[in-house]
Amino acid sequence: MQQQQETVIRIEGLCKSFGTNKVLDQFNLSLYRGENLVVLGKSGSGKSVLIKCIIGLIQPEKGKIQVLGQNVLNLNQVSLDKIRVKVAFLFQSNALYDSMTVRENLLFPLRRHSFQLTNTEVDDMVMEALANVGLEHTIDMMPAELSGGMRKRIALARTLILKPEIILYDEPTTGLDPITSLEIISLINKIREKYQTSSMIITHDMKCVKLVAHRIAMLIDGKCYAVGTYDELSASSDEKIRQFFN
Amino acid sequence: MIALPDDLKSFLKETGEISRFAFRFFKEGFRPRYEVEEFIHQCFVIGYKSLPLVGLTAFIIGLVLTMQLRPTMVNYGVEVQIPAMVGIAIIREIGPIVTALIFAGKIGSSIGAELGSMKVTEQIDAMEVSGTNPFKYLVVTRTLAATLMLPILVIIADAIALYGSYLGVNLYEDITLNLFFKKVLDYLMYIDVIPAFIKTYFFGFAVGIVGCFKGYYSNKGTEGVGHSANSSVVVSSVLIFILDLIAVQIADLFM
Repeated sequence: MQQQQETVIRIEGLCKSFGTNKVLDQFNLSLYRGENLVVLGKSGSGKSVLIKCIIGLIQPEKGKIQVLGQNVLNLNQVSLDKIRVKVAFLFQSNALYDSMTVRENLLFPLRRHSFQLTNTEVDDMVMEALANVGLEHTIDMMPAELSGGMRKRIALARTLILKPEIILYDEPTTGLDPITSLEIISLINKIREKYQTSSMIITHDMKCVKLVAHRIAMLIDGKCYAVGTYDELSASSDEKIRQFFN
Repeated sequence: MIALPDDLKSFLKETGEISRFAFRFFKEGFRPRYEVEEFIHQCFVIGYKSLPLVGLTAFIIGLVLTMQLRPTMVNYGVEVQIPAMVGIAIIREIGPIVTALIFAGKIGSSIGAELGSMKVTEQIDAMEVSGTNPFKYLVVTRTLAATLMLPILVIIADAIALYGSYLGVNLYEDITLNLFFKKVLDYLMYIDVIPAFIKTYFFGFAVGIVGCFKGYYSNKGTEGVGHSANSSVVVSSVLIFILDLIAVQIADLFM
């Protein structure tokens, strides 16, 4: 079924090394429009490096990354910034700006991408993004005043403010308690349904994998070792795959 | 071939990296987009907010210097020359160097720690994916603000230090403010003032660029943030003395 869908990200032959450590070795993967694709792998296996290559934060040595039809590795800064409007990134550490209020954090991407918006439109967009994560009352608070779960939700609101077509989640539930993790998982699903976003989710949290993944890509030894649904992979007899599902 | 000691190698490597970082400042800093709003904010933070500390230190230096000098001057019967002597000392050397060192301690460490913590919490990466060039937004604005604010702080510090000196003289004898400053200015020449003023731009640039470099390339988590703040102060303080030595040598050619 996914084969007939539009491909929004296509990664071909991606290679990235740090010194002698080959993190990605001829990695291939596609993300289809409207799906939640989980990239599963051990800590340090290169999952975060993979999505940082997609958004242009890390330069790979070899390969091709097509995002919405454009090879991001060949783009100049202006074109890359245009792609980044459509591709949002939720950082593992949330990356909220400590010196800014929640409102200023949300306004930052809006102002920087130079959209021509009136103050009323901007306020409406900020309130809508906060309403999506249920935290309208935190608008004038500083990040330091928020709990870990709230910070994650505000970071999610910041990724949503530009109404992206693709969201890259870097370990969205790491460091959160089980209840807050479930809240974040439910938000990820809600956002996909509401905005029809395509998501690539990096995680090793199997509860998150089970609840959000339409497809799972296994990143093992720098390669895309296997791709399938949760049920397909959990029934696999391959020991390397089974160790994640036991 | 003689192998270089590891310490010398790492010193040369860091010197090269800071030089490349400074070159990037000139390359990117003068090309649009200009971060005017952030630059003005940094001028306020770096300049205005340093004023109380710089002012207090300058006042104490002026007062103490006068009180320490006085017994010797009295012994030689030249206490009348105290304003001239203190004036030249403050304007030529003590004002710029003390203010720059205080500035390095306050601003260098704060830039190093701020950028370092932004680096380890991925805020710099977040800025980049938000369509912002973090080098321009963080490094160019802070370095330029430090370069332009330090000379202004030094002028204010010099004035406050001279006022402290005036009060120091008045502890023992009566002298009007007008007369005190007339005595200071009578002995001051352009060759005293201009090199002292010009070198403060270089001091400010050194503090800004080193603080930004240390913070921007911070690593090893929270330990790295502490190291960035600490090494920003150490390296920029040493640089200030080296630049001062060079400035004095150059100024000496015109004396």
